[in-house]
Amino acid sequence: MEKFTTFEGIVAPLDMINVDTDMIVPKQFLKTIKRSGLGANVFDEMRFRPDGSEIEDFVLNQPDYRQSQILVAGDNFGCGSSREHAPWALLDFGFRCVIAPSFADIFFNNCFKNGILPIALPQAEVDKLMSDAKHGNGTVLSINLEGQTITRPNGEAIAFGVDPFRKHCLIEGLDDIGLTLKKSEKIDAFEAERNQLAWC
Amino acid sequence: MSHTTLYDKIWQAHLVDEQDDGNCLLYIDRHLIHEVTSPQAFEGLRMSGRQVRVPSKTLAVADHNIPTTNRAGGVEAIEDEQSRIQIETLEKNCAEFGIDHIGMMDLRQGIVHVTGPEEGFTMPGLTIVCGDSHTSTHGAFGALAHGIGTSEVEHVLATQTLAQRKAKNFRVNVVGDAPDYITAKDIALAVIGEIGTAGGTGYVLEYAGPAIEALTMEGRMTLCNMSIEAGARAGLIAPDEKTFEYLKDRPRAPKGADWDSAVAYWQTLRSDSDAVFDQEITIDAANLPPLVTWGTSPQDVISINGRVPDPAAIDNEARRKATERALAYMGLEADMPVQSIEIDRVFIGSCTNSRIEDLRAAAKVVEGKKVSDRVNAMVVPGSGLVKKQAEEEGLDKVFLDAGFEWRDPGCSMCLAMNADKLSPQERCASTSNRNFEGRQGREGRTHLVSPAMAAAAAIRGHFVDIRDF
Repeated sequence: MEKFTTFEGIVAPLDMINVDTDMIVPKQFLKTIKRSGLGANVFDEMRFRPDGSEIEDFVLNQPDYRQSQILVAGDNFGCGSSREHAPWALLDFGFRCVIAPSFADIFFNNCFKNGILPIALPQAEVDKLMSDAKHGNGTVLSINLEGQTITRPNGEAIAFGVDPFRKHCLIEGLDDIGLTLKKSEKIDAFEAERNQLAWC
Repeated sequence: MSHTTLYDKIWQAHLVDEQDDGNCLLYIDRHLIHEVTSPQAFEGLRMSGRQVRVPSKTLAVADHNIPTTNRAGGVEAIEDEQSRIQIETLEKNCAEFGIDHIGMMDLRQGIVHVTGPEEGFTMPGLTIVCGDSHTSTHGAFGALAHGIGTSEVEHVLATQTLAQRKAKNFRVNVVGDAPDYITAKDIALAVIGEIGTAGGTGYVLEYAGPAIEALTMEGRMTLCNMSIEAGARAGLIAPDEKTFEYLKDRPRAPKGADWDSAVAYWQTLRSDSDAVFDQEITIDAANLPPLVTWGTSPQDVISINGRVPDPAAIDNEARRKATERALAYMGLEADMPVQSIEIDRVFIGSCTNSRIEDLRAAAKVVEGKKVSDRVNAMVVPGSGLVKKQAEEEGLDKVFLDAGFEWRDPGCSMCLAMNADKLSPQERCASTSNRNFEGRQGREGRTHLVSPAMAAAAAIRGHFVDIRDF
């Protein structure tokens, strides 16, 4: 996984609550057996007409937002299906960070496995960033994971929280399975005992 | 241990490692996989040269993408090339890594959350995961069961564990005597309507109370299935005699002396009387009306006698905008009576409502009647075993005589990955679990209801109160 360092990126506004993973990547793209290439399909039904032409109003089709790397959205982002195709599609489009007042649990976990930083902030802070994003002209935010701050165009720094272990894994680009396998002896011991039970 | 909840107990019994920062490693007893969220996990294993740690603890069955018609030619005859490749890939991966696979032509094939319990793969006190958010279904047996992403599927295959942080405890008390027409689906919709689609985020829900004890195992599965629609990863119901009765003699359940010691253990699986919950609500099942969703979120729930909401009456701006968008998408007018909404399609199926009791309830409503001329209706049984049982009871004839289609098992139009989908603007009464934009087909309009309500709507061509039917 790519290491997550400080970066500056264009922020796109998606001012909706309950953005579900069916919206992020509709089911017809779940037939792939690969992780890559889904960026072309992210938000497909909001982004393209059935004939494949672009829906001009949609934020990612507007010239200022085509190169966005940060998404700011409403409450309960990523709800619904567990499909990891959702973060794969966001990442493949170029998103490295999603900011919202709250996230659905499975999506939130899936982001960290793919080098995407989901940041939950109080509504008032999200409102400020939403307003920055809507300002257009490719508004840039600076995301500093090490220092846990988002810097707005006006220079204001907004602090955010993140689980220290997940932060460490993102910054180092660590592979979860590799970390767990370091605990193999503990798993062996636990499993040997558990396999004795009649109900397991 | 006292003061502990059922969730606390199962969690504690599976804790392999706990870091000081609260990140834990949980042992996974059972892993279900299907064709859509597993190929990239196996590819990951191959790329890193890793093996499946315990192949016998994983069970595979294709369901999401599988056709529900014309199966006689087997997998190689599946017309959609991408679907065929995905199903073949699952077969190949299982063969390569030594995983038990229930193939498409096997009578036991079905939706993974129907097949798991039927096989006795699902049992109380176990941890069960699957790359599908509706894995919460298995909580009906008092198992800690939840959906995971594909990276986590790979993690479980390689290590038989999952990195987790402990969730909080939320008890949903359902009291009162539910009238006959109030099903587990109505209770599930009532809970989601009450706490919202994010109300359960960060929690495990435990459903308790007399109305839960009164539910059959199939009803409990329907209820736990939709826990994810309330934002909770998992839902739980303490196992009881009904649970044991359901599991006895299932193919993978313990036998003989092992069965007795399993039951003795399972009987200990309940929250202590003084257990502390972080959050609690109570719902009175005696006073619930049959429920329908009007919008594009499962929390958009109203009574069959209600009216579609008016955005003008909503103060919260984000909610108002979401309601306006939902009404426009659904092609509905503010304040119109629910029973005046005409439908084009009916889907009876999905991991929520495709089991034998669901089909019996729907068949009872349609028996001797005809599907409305304006409606195309289909029944998709949850598994080959459900289908066989239904045919032995003559339910297929009841549905076919009424004008329903009678399909082969799979996820079908719940997520519309295969050919079963809505056309733009088509309106569907569906027994599935999600009414999101585009869920059942681009620009398709989904209303979630119980099987009996869906069946009644199929006959009349619009929503009707099952109590008047």
